[in-house]
Amino acid sequence: MVENVQVEKGTSLWADAWKRLLKNKLAVFGMIILGLMIITVIVGPPLIRWTTGLTADYIPSDGDLIRSFPPSMQHPMGTDEAGRDLLARVLQGGRISLMVGIISTIVSLIVGVSYGAIAGYLGGRIDNFMMRVVDIIYAIPYILIVIVLLSVFGGPNTPGWIGWLSEKLGGAGNQGLSQIFLLFFALGLVSWLTMARVVRGQILSLKNQEFVLAAKATGVSTFAIIFRHLVPNALGPVIVYATLTVPSVMLTEAFLSYLGLGVQAPYASWGSLAADGIKNIAIFPWQLIFPGVTMALTLFSLNFLGDGLRDALDPQTRKF
Amino acid sequence: MLSFILRRLLIIVPMALLVVTVTWALIRIAPGNFYSTERTLPPAVEANIKKKYGLDRPWYEQYGMMMLNIVKLDFGDSLRYPGQTVNEIIRRHLPYSATIGFFAYILALLIGLTAGIIAALKQNSIWDYGSMALAMLGLSVPNFVLGPVLVLVFALGLYLVPPSRWGGISSLILPVITLSAIYAAYIARLTRAGMLEVMRSDYVRTARAKGLDEKTVLLKHALRGGIIPVVSFTGPALAGLLAGTVVVEKVFAIPGLGNIFIQSVFNRDEPLVLGIVAFISILIMIFNLAVDISYGFLDPRIRYE
Repeated sequence: MVENVQVEKGTSLWADAWKRLLKNKLAVFGMIILGLMIITVIVGPPLIRWTTGLTADYIPSDGDLIRSFPPSMQHPMGTDEAGRDLLARVLQGGRISLMVGIISTIVSLIVGVSYGAIAGYLGGRIDNFMMRVVDIIYAIPYILIVIVLLSVFGGPNTPGWIGWLSEKLGGAGNQGLSQIFLLFFALGLVSWLTMARVVRGQILSLKNQEFVLAAKATGVSTFAIIFRHLVPNALGPVIVYATLTVPSVMLTEAFLSYLGLGVQAPYASWGSLAADGIKNIAIFPWQLIFPGVTMALTLFSLNFLGDGLRDALDPQTRKF
Repeated sequence: MLSFILRRLLIIVPMALLVVTVTWALIRIAPGNFYSTERTLPPAVEANIKKKYGLDRPWYEQYGMMMLNIVKLDFGDSLRYPGQTVNEIIRRHLPYSATIGFFAYILALLIGLTAGIIAALKQNSIWDYGSMALAMLGLSVPNFVLGPVLVLVFALGLYLVPPSRWGGISSLILPVITLSAIYAAYIARLTRAGMLEVMRSDYVRTARAKGLDEKTVLLKHALRGGIIPVVSFTGPALAGLLAGTVVVEKVFAIPGLGNIFIQSVFNRDEPLVLGIVAFISILIMIFNLAVDISYGFLDPRIRYE
């Protein structure tokens, strides 16, 4: 019997990466801003309603002809065209923008990781075929197809199952919400391609190692080998790439909202708020500046965090 | 090499047809029509419209006719602009988008390569941090925010350039800058990473050891390998420029192909949508092929069979 064994605690890969990440000042800055942004976006709207009674879609009923007021004590970011408090709208829009970014990234993670892992592990002809399919989709100007998809299926034409999903989650007759759900799928389904390539590359380099052989020898099923043994070991690059997918998806969402295809009233996102603000830029510049700067700051932080994570988790592709 | 090019060229045709098919299916599956308006049409009128555009025939016949016409590169007449063929409309509006896109990419290359090379050569200096922070900013500001802000400052504030519309070189300046910002940022980052990697490679050390002067080492040896990531970015960049021109044309009220495409999608102008999608898909695929071929010239280690 062995007793009182002093276990030497080694630094795990993750602890090591965390230490490297903390050394990167810009990544830490990004993390802090992002954390603050998420907290503000979550607690902000109820807090504003509690202190001032304003909500994101409260339109004052007095008969002023001009309803766009510059920033003041009552409205720290001013009001929009209809007289709604811009701060409340920017916070509410942040919820949608971040949600679109995160959920679309999760969709792309699920599709991309499974696809890439299966192609990489099975190899041979199946791999060849699956990756040719990715190459082909890659060459398609997907933005055109997304525009067609969102415009023909937007508004009253939303497919039944998406309407059903948003009804279950957000209550009946919620047209704006089903548009947002459509957006999740449209954006998620086009951003999985690079993820699939990244994961496949990782799996290819892992699948000939001993632990896979050991798993095979003990009779683990192919499915379990891929998802229990291989995928967790490929997580580093996946996390890095996912972090960089979030800002790019948010930018695409903003672009689509600007074209009138993304998030629509009564919902708002940073993109749709900025798009509304552009109309009045010369007279009421705050209507563009506040949502625009908030969004740019968030994307800035996400990009810095993604870069930092890459340096920390993926020393091979580190940019020196 | 030649068989590689031929094979890739042959694949472009079925791929373009596939893209057109997907787009066609999307437009057809969705409820509603190009002629549907607020008020319902009398049944006789609707039947007439259907007959005129062949919508009364079974879907596979309509699909077959459309594909046949597209193979002949004849996209038919626009539904919203009667009497104008899709080919005419594309030919008329393409030059605007092409001009802006071309100059934007050239500007992005100039700024991006310069900034990236300087950042790599003076790694960890103020130049490096400064240009990389600027690049990050370029990646984070949406172009539809950047455009109006530039207009506000340079057109409505300083009266240096016209705020929008097309006319003369001065009206090109703001759209080109707006469109190029994000690509300049990407290219700067790619160049820096590529150069840093190449500068540590054996063949650059060999070049130095041979006693070549620093300028030759940098420009003839390191740069050639260092810009490979930039070259492979050209394919995605072209696809992105396209999305960018849609926004920039809207911001600056330029009658380019992007603007027409958005309008045609909203109008459900099926022949025009399909024509533009097919045209752009083929364009992008040809560009991707050109990029793949150019690898071989830049990096002698890459060979095609």
